[in-house]
Amino acid sequence: MTELLVSIRGLSKVFQSEKGPVFAVQDVYLDIPKGDIVGLVGESGSGKTTLGRTLLRLIEPTSGEIVFDGKNMNSLDPSSLRALRQRMQIIFQDPVASLNPRLRVKEIISEGLVAHGVGSRKERIEKVTALLEEVGLQSEDMHRFPHEFSGGQRQRIGIARALALDPEFIVADESVSALDVSIQAQILNLLLDIRDQRGLTMLFIAHDLSVVEYLCDMVAVMYLGRIVEIGPSQNVYSSPSHPYTRSLLSAIPEPKPGSHRERELLQGDIPSPLNPPTGCVFRTRCRYALDSCADTIPTLVELDQGHQAACLRLSEIS
Amino acid sequence: MEGQGLYAERKVFSLVLERRSSALALLFFVLVLILVFLAPIIAPTDPYLMSVRQRLTPPGDSFFLGSDAFGRDVLSRLLYAGRVSLMIGAGVALSSSILGVLIGLMAGFFRNLDGLISRIIDAMMAFPDILLAISLVAILGGSMINVIIALSIVYTPRIARIVRASTLVIRELPYVEAARSLGSSTVYVLTRHVLLNILSPIIVQATFIFVYAMLAEAGLSFLGVGVDPSTPTWGIMINEGRQYIDQAPYLILFPGLAISFSVLSLQLVGDGLRDALDPRIARQM
Repeated sequence: MTELLVSIRGLSKVFQSEKGPVFAVQDVYLDIPKGDIVGLVGESGSGKTTLGRTLLRLIEPTSGEIVFDGKNMNSLDPSSLRALRQRMQIIFQDPVASLNPRLRVKEIISEGLVAHGVGSRKERIEKVTALLEEVGLQSEDMHRFPHEFSGGQRQRIGIARALALDPEFIVADESVSALDVSIQAQILNLLLDIRDQRGLTMLFIAHDLSVVEYLCDMVAVMYLGRIVEIGPSQNVYSSPSHPYTRSLLSAIPEPKPGSHRERELLQGDIPSPLNPPTGCVFRTRCRYALDSCADTIPTLVELDQGHQAACLRLSEIS
Repeated sequence: MEGQGLYAERKVFSLVLERRSSALALLFFVLVLILVFLAPIIAPTDPYLMSVRQRLTPPGDSFFLGSDAFGRDVLSRLLYAGRVSLMIGAGVALSSSILGVLIGLMAGFFRNLDGLISRIIDAMMAFPDILLAISLVAILGGSMINVIIALSIVYTPRIARIVRASTLVIRELPYVEAARSLGSSTVYVLTRHVLLNILSPIIVQATFIFVYAMLAEAGLSFLGVGVDPSTPTWGIMINEGRQYIDQAPYLILFPGLAISFSVLSLQLVGDGLRDALDPRIARQM
């Protein structure tokens, strides 16, 4: 059994809005083994970003626990929490808005070092130089401003900033979706290299399934704040079990022209998290839904080793 | 702190000078400052010296810029008046900017303070500027310092409102979120991430306030609640000259030009400064 770095237990986040409570994340259980890259996929509004933010305590969870390296984050005093947060960092989606346009690259990358009082000024500059080289930029780049770089280069700066404090866990929130496809591959390979060299653990949030398949050891599928299917990437991609996962996978374009396959198209939009459906959250768009789906919330059922899905009719439809 | 300043001051300065309009404007404004500062030395006569027989003399040999209704030398008065007017403008622009930035940052960044501060700002802005200034001076008493205090209070909400609005936008940006996850302090976030990115609108607004303050001071003086009315300011000179506009238009022409050109040059300098502070534009200048 591999060691777990992060364990999420029954995590929920409810935002209070003027229209009423928004159920962004509901009762999520997720274990992230050390050294793995776990993909978190789902359409917009499924709560995947909120889940990532809550993990880092950028958003306070409404209920549930997050255990990081054996420590329950709920029970920590502020100073230990601060120390723990040093070990987890985030890489953002938007390479423009995630870098302060008025600061030079060296100031951006060394921000965490300054905040935690790591090293002298000279040591910090050395660290910045090493980080820039690690992410494939040049040391002279530290004197430049963010607007002088391309999107891919900015994303590299964002990665260098996240790595500055030598974290063990990184949340990559849609970190390549704003980039050109050719640049995406470069950044993905960079993330893989960094993972291998540093032994990092990563939660990779994305809506692009082919990217996740390439990068991740494990994948979790979210729908309307709940995880509906989770498992090793190979299993989920080769034998998707939840109707939602199946529709998602059938939406991946086929690279071979002329090939035909059965597609499970979804109708309509994701329901509002202001007023999620009772029972199974997916039932309003599910072609297999029965009346009984409105009554019980399906729990994750083990299908295969580590492969779980939450659907009442799992045995009938697979 | 790592901040050896993202910009050496010298660099900003040279960038301002690279633009011809702001360089000329700065030159002009410095010239005005020097002239005004040296008023006791270069003024031809005592600005208070009356000469009733030579009242309303047009510009010429005896009075370079003419004389007013009491036969006082307009040039001398102009120089002395500039000291007070510019001092009030600068004092109000500076102190209302500092106050406005502090209040605006707090309102924009700390949600629980926002409601209270914003309501107070709204209430203050609901008063006509001059009315609020009059009542404040009436309470404080008429002196130059009190006029500066009163006008600063009047103009602080303008800065505060702009700062608050910009802060609300910036605090939601990913780089602020990154700063939190990196463990940066609130003070660091407010100064390096928020304030640094809203300098431009603050500078622009501050130059406006400089101008408004000079004009408002004129209004206050006219209404008798400003600086001691015997002290000449550009505003007082215009108000006094108004009565003789058909006989001696130069009485309002010269102080009017003094205000216009000081204001214009100041705004051009402000423009240059704003652009020089923005690394994205600075490169193209």
